[in-house]
Amino acid sequence: MRKLNSIRLKNNKVTENLETVELPIPKKVKIPMIMSIGDACIPSVKVGDEVFVGQKIADSNAFLSLPIHSSVSGKVVAISYYNLANGKTCKAVEIETDGKQTLSPNISKPLITSKDSFLHALRESGSCGLGGAGFPTYIKLDPKTTIKTLIINGAECEPYITSDYRQMMESPDDIINGIKYVMQCLNIPKAIIAIEGNKPKAIEVLKKRAENSSEIEVVALPSRYPQGAEKVIIYTTTGKIIEEGQLPSEQGIVVINISTIAFIYQYIQNGIPLVTKRITVDGDAIQNPCNVFAPIGTPVSDILSFAKAETDEIKKLLLGGPMMGMSLYSLDTPIVKTSNAVLAFKTYEKRLESPCIRCGRCVSVCPLNLMPVEIEKSYIHNKVDELKKLKVSLCMNCGCCSYTCPANRKLAESHQLAKALIQKG
Amino acid sequence: METYVIPILIFSGIGLIAGILLHVASKTFEVKVDEKIEQINEALPQINCGACGYAGCADYANAVAENDVPANLCKPGGNETARKISQILGKDVVEIVPELAVVHCNGDCNATTKKFIFDGIQSCVAAKRFYNGDGVCTYGCLGLGDCVAVCEYGAISIKDSIAYINKSACVSCGKCVKACPNQLISLRPVSKHIDVACSSRDNGKITKLNCKNGCIGCKICEKKCLSDAIKVVDYCAEIDYEKCTVCGACYEACPTGAITNCSIKI
Repeated sequence: MRKLNSIRLKNNKVTENLETVELPIPKKVKIPMIMSIGDACIPSVKVGDEVFVGQKIADSNAFLSLPIHSSVSGKVVAISYYNLANGKTCKAVEIETDGKQTLSPNISKPLITSKDSFLHALRESGSCGLGGAGFPTYIKLDPKTTIKTLIINGAECEPYITSDYRQMMESPDDIINGIKYVMQCLNIPKAIIAIEGNKPKAIEVLKKRAENSSEIEVVALPSRYPQGAEKVIIYTTTGKIIEEGQLPSEQGIVVINISTIAFIYQYIQNGIPLVTKRITVDGDAIQNPCNVFAPIGTPVSDILSFAKAETDEIKKLLLGGPMMGMSLYSLDTPIVKTSNAVLAFKTYEKRLESPCIRCGRCVSVCPLNLMPVEIEKSYIHNKVDELKKLKVSLCMNCGCCSYTCPANRKLAESHQLAKALIQKG
Repeated sequence: METYVIPILIFSGIGLIAGILLHVASKTFEVKVDEKIEQINEALPQINCGACGYAGCADYANAVAENDVPANLCKPGGNETARKISQILGKDVVEIVPELAVVHCNGDCNATTKKFIFDGIQSCVAAKRFYNGDGVCTYGCLGLGDCVAVCEYGAISIKDSIAYINKSACVSCGKCVKACPNQLISLRPVSKHIDVACSSRDNGKITKLNCKNGCIGCKICEKKCLSDAIKVVDYCAEIDYEKCTVCGACYEACPTGAITNCSIKI
């Protein structure tokens, strides 16, 4: 097996030993109608309605869509618009909280008797890939082929983020039980828990829990970025290559984030849908770095003030990790299902772009062996056929090329634009 | 003697055979080129802009000569080219209504503000993908010049962070219309010089907050219009140029300056 190209990043996992704390209930939450991939949901509540924790407030019939639940109890005050980082605009339900966090009376333990009822319950839970991509879990676990291997992704290869690590340390039983439950429901013979080698404690904890079950294997991955990317983790754990346009399930593999699997088990136990997220708050503008449980829809400003951030000093604010996270321009941006970190920095260095010197460093770090320099050139000249030949659609936007480029060229961004260009035709 | 005669004979022989072969080949494989097509092609401006709807000038020349395609589709060439083509084909001359590209945004840096500093690839398409653009108005001109880059005539420039079109340089080829990710540019007859310089579909309150020059959908123009040519759709006025008589009543009545009159302001 070949070693995939990757880069080594400074871990900066300052918050790894800090236990997750509950965030004080925010005064107001704003829940966007697009949180995972797929079409926007249609709000089923009106302005003035009373809502409770876990109450379904939006749903859609479109493929890939997931229901959305209220994360707080209170009153709907507005249905406004929200600009997503990818340029889309969707509706958002704004709820003023009453601070009581009353559970919705409709919440009950889901009744699971078969695979179908399990998948239905998964849809109702609003569960999607919590690592960042946000692919609905009920579709992921219902492939046309039989699943032979379940990979649990606990790589968490991005610097700063420790939310998955805290998940492993704080509730490892949920993870193991969740894996066993999913394996039993879907008849999966084997599961691999893949964790980066820089988290020895987590590996030890999970190995201990999985001791008695021979079908669950805990694997230590090399601590390189991007180890947690789906294609990379499949290759390093099983040696299988996912071709262009192929889904992992076509090779009999399903990759699930470690927090998602723990959530599935919690949902089966108590029936509370996905309404809170574990968020890492870090960065040099934060005086009190921490891990918090935040209700979905919490404005970033609430989290920052809880972590005692020097709000005026912030020059760069990220939702997500430094490699794949998105810059925020407004402190009112809400936390969504796929968020896992809020990073605030005091410094922002404008990277001046200069011409490509054809050193080929981007080619030597691309985990998928693409040629970023050629892709960028073809994009500039609008050569769609050339871009297809260079297989830009494989790019997973990990950002290794942009990170390593000595000329500071915006390679990863141009790949995203190139993908959009191909789709446009 | 022989040393001279034999080579000369050999070469003359080869020349003769090759000549005959070439002659036969040119007769059997002859491609009949319509002289008209060549003439039309010469009359066209040869910039291959595609405004006529064909792949380029040669393609259009073919189409005009062989099919019943109107002779006045070449906008950059204008009336002169249309006349030449009609003469070549012996058709009646159909005049082109001269058109002009106009930008439906008046939100320059004095009128509106930015949400954040966009530090990605400096193109409108890239900016549009990131939070719908860096301006507070998500419908307005992004000012990064995708239209400038496609214009072959240098007719577009960015002034005060929005696109301006030089009336005298624009040949109405329509390339910029396709390049704008916010669909802000459209073509209209040169003589109808009243434009709605706003495309905001936000309601009046939000538009007013975002931009001083935005159309707030107050419908005053609709009431003032004598020929029923202006209509407010989704909080934004739209002019039907078939009906517009360029009286200027809407321009004078507009409280925000969202309607511009090109004969006065360039």
